Amino acid sequence: MISKKVDNVQVALSGVKNGMTFMLGGFGLCGIPENAITELVRLGIENITCISNNAGVDDFGLGLLLQKHQIKKMISSYVGENDEFERQMLSGELEVELTPQGTLAEKCRAAQAGFPAFYTPAGYGTEVAEGKESREFNGKMYILEEAFKADFAFVKAWKGDAAGNLVFKGTARNFNPCMCGAAKITVAEVEELVPVGELDPNNIHVPGIFVQRIFQGSNYEKRIEQRTVRTRG
Amino acid sequence: MLDKNGIAKRIAKEVKDGYYVNLGIGIPTLVANFVQDDIDVEFQSENGVLGMGPFPFEGEEDADIINAGKQTITTMPGASFFDSATSFGMIRGKHVDLTILGAMEVAENGDIANWKIPGKMVKGMGGAMDLVASAENIIVAMMHTNKAGVSKLLKRCTLPLTGVGCVTKIVTNLAVLEVTENGFLLLERAPGVSVDEIKAATEGDLTIDSEVPEMAI
Repeated sequence: MISKKVDNVQVALSGVKNGMTFMLGGFGLCGIPENAITELVRLGIENITCISNNAGVDDFGLGLLLQKHQIKKMISSYVGENDEFERQMLSGELEVELTPQGTLAEKCRAAQAGFPAFYTPAGYGTEVAEGKESREFNGKMYILEEAFKADFAFVKAWKGDAAGNLVFKGTARNFNPCMCGAAKITVAEVEELVPVGELDPNNIHVPGIFVQRIFQGSNYEKRIEQRTVRTRG
Repeated sequence: MLDKNGIAKRIAKEVKDGYYVNLGIGIPTLVANFVQDDIDVEFQSENGVLGMGPFPFEGEEDADIINAGKQTITTMPGASFFDSATSFGMIRGKHVDLTILGAMEVAENGDIANWKIPGKMVKGMGGAMDLVASAENIIVAMMHTNKAGVSKLLKRCTLPLTGVGCVTKIVTNLAVLEVTENGFLLLERAPGVSVDEIKAATEGDLTIDSEVPEMAI
């Protein structure tokens, strides 16, 4: 067994520098790498480019990095839940590249799987296609999208082991598996780091080869963005 | 004239036995409340769940189980979770049978705009561009006119496009329309709404066959 285990978030994030490009898993606030974000805020790394489906809310998730003006550019599909984000974008402080959600996921997966680029129909005929090569296949038009290049991927899983194997829970899976192995270094934080051998090899969602560092996370808040319930009876 | 629930109720009739359905945010989400009990349907949410169920009972919310609107949900027996690339594989690969989404504008050629108003807030397209580029059965749920009374069924969209030539059917508070080679074909009128009212509220080319029935909902 090749161990990927590191003692804490400080060791896990060693090597992060100003100006780097980071991938961060999560959909809304669901499945975000809370510990890595807190550490990036503490380190005060600046001028970073974040690839993340959303930008958090004002006081949680990537919103914490926005508050401190640490983000230079966001690459996301939907950013509608964050007032500070809106303010920084409209004032020109923040660069934003909006990307269709499926394209965003596939640009991660392509980087993971060694594809430099792929054709997708999403965005053909829209401003997303501007400046991109387009091509017809079987009578339908597609645009060429390139794989992401990133320095670090920060992902969050439910369970993991020292081998770097990961298991996710519910829809907290989302972009996390697509980002594993899609950056030079993948850092996984887990709610529960279990002894090697405990996870059933049949039920591993991400094999450890895609993960370089794994650590036991702590103090998960797991904030709910839209609490919707029905009444009994 | 229909309210939002009325639109959802009419669209629910388009959901057939054996369909996998993706519901957008807003009116489309309400469609799930009106699907007949005697058919088998599975709802897909692009953040990674197939077999979505109703909202949880109070106290049973799970931060790890949400829909694309970031709302807490439950799952039905037979449900599955998956990553975002797999989710959009279902969508891009045409495995989802019906897509229902909202729009700011629809053009008579089937173009749709629903993600950006230049100069105002840009929230992003989320999964809408992927959905409309691949789905073959796209129903738009929206009001016939905007708050200023201006038609949302146009000759050409004025806002930045989400997708080209993709919308197949539109259900509004006034009518059910199909997108054809000759523009919008009026299929049904909402209860109490006349053909003339629909004509007046539609900017794009409107084809009207002799008899336009009232919706049965």
